[in-house]
Amino acid sequence: MIRKIADNIISPLGMTTEANLRAILAGESQLRPRPGQFDLPETFCGSLIDRGMISRLFRENICEEGYTFFEQLCILSAMAVIKEAGIDPADKGVLFVLSSTKGNVDKLEEDCGSEACYIAGSAERIARHFGNPNTPIVASNACISGVCAQIAAIRQLLTGRYRTAVVIGCDVLSKFIVSGFQSFKALSPEPCKPYDKARVGLNLGEAAGTIILTAEDGLRPEADWQYAACSIHNDANHISGPSRTGEGSYRVLMDILAGVGKDELAFVNAHGTATAYNDEMESIAIHRAGLDDIPVNGLKGYYGHTLGAAGVIETILSMHAIDRGTVLPTRGYAEQGTTYRLNISDKARATERKTFIKILSGFGGSNAGIAYRKGGNA
Amino acid sequence: MKTTAEVRITPAGAELNGKKISEANIAGLYREFAGDYPKFFKMDSLCKLGFMAAELLLKDLSAEEKENAAIILFNRNGSLITDRNYQRTIGEEDYFPSPALFVYTLANIVTGEIAIRHKIYGESSFYIMERKDAKGMGSIVESTFATSTPTFILTGWVDYECESDYLAELKIVKNEKQA
Repeated sequence: MIRKIADNIISPLGMTTEANLRAILAGESQLRPRPGQFDLPETFCGSLIDRGMISRLFRENICEEGYTFFEQLCILSAMAVIKEAGIDPADKGVLFVLSSTKGNVDKLEEDCGSEACYIAGSAERIARHFGNPNTPIVASNACISGVCAQIAAIRQLLTGRYRTAVVIGCDVLSKFIVSGFQSFKALSPEPCKPYDKARVGLNLGEAAGTIILTAEDGLRPEADWQYAACSIHNDANHISGPSRTGEGSYRVLMDILAGVGKDELAFVNAHGTATAYNDEMESIAIHRAGLDDIPVNGLKGYYGHTLGAAGVIETILSMHAIDRGTVLPTRGYAEQGTTYRLNISDKARATERKTFIKILSGFGGSNAGIAYRKGGNA
Repeated sequence: MKTTAEVRITPAGAELNGKKISEANIAGLYREFAGDYPKFFKMDSLCKLGFMAAELLLKDLSAEEKENAAIILFNRNGSLITDRNYQRTIGEEDYFPSPALFVYTLANIVTGEIAIRHKIYGESSFYIMERKDAKGMGSIVESTFATSTPTFILTGWVDYECESDYLAELKIVKNEKQA
């Protein structure tokens, strides 16, 4: 049995999972226009972490030099959870897994030969900071990385190679990333509207999240979130456009439904980037999988798309929502805007159910999903 | 796990199952062994390299066999070569970012290009490693069978540094029970 024993989210909404959940339930977001940010000629609407605050916190708590903003965020997030989980990160049974699409790509601006741009090197610096002796795993699968990293960790635990995994998801924004999404005309000038009729695009955001998973029954035995099922599929259709039939996402959902009952699902926490194509594709996949009546929510209206962090933080928030008997609201959604009518959770709803599915889709035609179940009735 | 076929491509040419089959560069290999896929010319170097390695291993396999295969690739650079090219398009003076280039600033696009070409609907995953570590790659690939049942896994190292320095070492592996 693989269990989640601790988690943390650092975002513009707070430095702990609890603070993030409270902000979401209060309907808060830091998505706003950022004129002049990163010297971009065009303003974008995004959610940014205060760099000064992070570097101050890092100095006060860690007193070490030589880490980038990206690495500082990963270390601060992991530090908080490692402490909470009570594990020894230097133990050889502990594996670090990093999810990031672009790591320190912002360093290219200063130096196109920068060593910082090698993401695996960055992951090693993070793992070594905690005295961990193992080679970290780095999952870099565009927008689905956060779920892929959890799956990579779970597989290592299932095969018994490691006992515990620290899964960190993080990306930071830069001129590089924002200009690229702008060139795709994928961005919304105002806070995004997942699944809504008036949606015009996504927002970008920054976050770091960490989940600790373990196969060790003795660690925090009261922690009762268990891994239930997972799947990854390609659309085999297009490198930058989702499949018109939702093929990969549909196959992911069908794989997961082989291990998880429809009647135990509290909700599907979908990708919901608020681009025309993504949300439409997901509605098709969810419909084809027979999940039209299951509540669906999307959390990009609070954070924007946090890239490599998205799969990690959205999984964490889904767990904590169920801990409180809640389906989180989909900020920005008002009116059905997809071909198939989904049961979008526009407001917080009560639920007694204890299982959820988290799905993601991204560039490269990739789709991933993971299900977790609370309690001992596996 | 059992390896059923392997390919190696370097600037010196291509080897299939340990036998030298060509001394051509990547574009030459395309002309020699593919030639029917104009999308090839839109790809960045990493994708072209991965595409040709996959081509040599998969071109004679049936559609049924390929549909539920998995693609799991590794490298050190990620998409860094294209990242640098993209960075040059977003300077203060010369600002002309293009979506056709930006999309290749993701390492996993190569897995998508292979999936599209061969209609592979199974898993596609990309991992970045500091060094080509056969044990690390093997452990990730083998653990895939713990949560999924692909018909086979197309896996290995695919890294592009420059015209005179690139390496694709891909193989087809099967679960011992399947093979």
